[in-house]
Amino acid sequence: MSEDLGFLLALLLNGASIGLMYSLIALGFVLVYKATDAINFAQGEFVMISGLVVATMLSIDGMPLIGAVVAVIAVMIGFGFGLEKVVLRPLLGRPVVAVIMATIGLAAVLRGLSTVIFGGETRAVSLPIGDDPINIGPASLPPIQALGAVVAVLFFVAFSWFFKKSRMGVAMRAVADNQQVAQAMGINVERYFALAWAMAGIVSALGGIVWGSMLGVDVHLALVGLKVFPVVILGGLDSIGGALVGGLIVGLVESLASGYLDPYVGGGTKDFAPYVLMILVLMVRPYGIFGKRRIERI
Amino acid sequence: MFHRESGVFKTTYAADMALYPLPIAKWTVAVLAVLFVVVVPLAFHEYYLSILNLIFIAIVGALGLNILVGYTGQISLGHGAFMSVGAYTAANLAVRLDLPFWLTLPAGGLMAAAIGALVGIPSLRIKGLYLAIATLAGQLIIEWTINHVPAISGGAQASIQVERPSLFGISFNTQTHLYYFLLFFAVLAIVATLNLMRSRIGRAFIAVRDQDIAAEIIGIDIFRYKLLAFAISSFYAGVCGVLYTYYLGIANYEQFQLGVSIDYLAMIIIGGLGSVLGSIFGAVFVTLLPIVIRLLMENIGSLFFSDQELASVVSGLRLAAFGGLIIFFLIVEPEGLNRLWRNIRSYFRVWPFSY
Repeated sequence: MSEDLGFLLALLLNGASIGLMYSLIALGFVLVYKATDAINFAQGEFVMISGLVVATMLSIDGMPLIGAVVAVIAVMIGFGFGLEKVVLRPLLGRPVVAVIMATIGLAAVLRGLSTVIFGGETRAVSLPIGDDPINIGPASLPPIQALGAVVAVLFFVAFSWFFKKSRMGVAMRAVADNQQVAQAMGINVERYFALAWAMAGIVSALGGIVWGSMLGVDVHLALVGLKVFPVVILGGLDSIGGALVGGLIVGLVESLASGYLDPYVGGGTKDFAPYVLMILVLMVRPYGIFGKRRIERI
Repeated sequence: MFHRESGVFKTTYAADMALYPLPIAKWTVAVLAVLFVVVVPLAFHEYYLSILNLIFIAIVGALGLNILVGYTGQISLGHGAFMSVGAYTAANLAVRLDLPFWLTLPAGGLMAAAIGALVGIPSLRIKGLYLAIATLAGQLIIEWTINHVPAISGGAQASIQVERPSLFGISFNTQTHLYYFLLFFAVLAIVATLNLMRSRIGRAFIAVRDQDIAAEIIGIDIFRYKLLAFAISSFYAGVCGVLYTYYLGIANYEQFQLGVSIDYLAMIIIGGLGSVLGSIFGAVFVTLLPIVIRLLMENIGSLFFSDQELASVVSGLRLAAFGGLIIFFLIVEPEGLNRLWRNIRSYFRVWPFSY
């Protein structure tokens, strides 16, 4: 009996830490959606690009870790700004399907160019945190997952402060709420759009470091982006707290499903359960747990 | 298509909606028919026919997706999966029950239509982004199911060998035979779509796309027509999957992954949303693009990349070119190649006295 309990605990711990790492990526998606109403289907590719940049940086001799981290954040900020200017700005005011398709196209471009530029092999991102699992009671946790969870929580605290207290954060909320009124109040809406994409870049940079370190960096890292959708649908597309809760739920569901169902169906429930959950949520409560409810009756 | 319409005055609605807009169009169609039935298969080498065959298959799928996305204004990221539903249905029927293609083909299409309508059910409540995500989930769940249920996928490597179709004792096992086989279905799909879009159903689709609330008010049952759009579109996708299976001689889920859904979306965006001719342009363009890129890279790519890198570089470039073209057309020319074609045509219509 206690062995079962230990197994359950291990699954829960693993699920929660992975879930927090999902919410880190989902945060980038939510930031963009909240501020600009644009949907980023290329979030996973953002993570992949930053993972590739970090791996390349670290492969240079004598490059300290902190240097690589600063560099990748700088690159991703520039990337976010540039992207908003080139791709998203011309599509302002166009139907939502156009924006979706543009980011899907963007995802294809990033994926294609990354194999051309960086080659197809898997790169490692080695962080100086060791491989010995951290023991918590009967369960244990790989240190990279612990690090990922800590980074995610720190980001959530930082962004909560940013949106509640800082001038920029308040302005960004105003833009999200109503662009015309925000503009009338003297807020430079276009600047905040670019800023939102740059912030998504920062989040993806960190996501790229922790996920890249856990899975290794190649084109398949972008598949992590597909897990963003269950997370944000569950939590609510425009809610930062929702991304946290949604990530935790998806991580736990995934972990429990693979722990208890895999022996019966021959593996792979991990990639299956979150989407079933998501479909159910879409049927019952499409705006998610914390999302803003948009009432439209037809 | 290539002609001027001076001197034709339509006096009835029926004339305005006719399949042939002008009397001379019948001659254009006749010329095209002779060209494709007689001249092309005699004049071209088997290799070029095999490319044309891929284009014919793509036309069927692109028309289907265009009915859903271009005409009805819904979005689907799950068409690759709908194709796999059709492909595996037909493959299982053909191998286990030994059914001929004229039974497996509609069966595959109907199965895909049923699954497609099921995935489309959320479109009652959600649209735009949410629908995109729901169909994405549909794609991933169907992919997973086919891959993990041996009863569907035939076990090893999730692939089923299928014999080439045969009719009246003739087996379509050369590219020339397949050319006629696929040409027939491509033409059927084109004519069916043209007719669908001038019928009551087609106009209801367009009304739902343009303004769903207004459509509801003038008495169109939105839910029914949205589901119908999903079903018809998935039927095309299923047929496309079956044709592809017969073309390759094998049903394999790797041919129908998420990337395929995106390829087909690329086709209709590049070709032109909400237009039959655009679907054809898009299918031709997207099928030829990787072939052109491969030719190009084989000739000049070896200057920059080693031989073993070249394969991944070609596929990477193909993907990047798709994405780039999607973005380019969305920003610069949302109506796609079809619009460019119309611009060229209207320029020459009054040429050389364009003032």
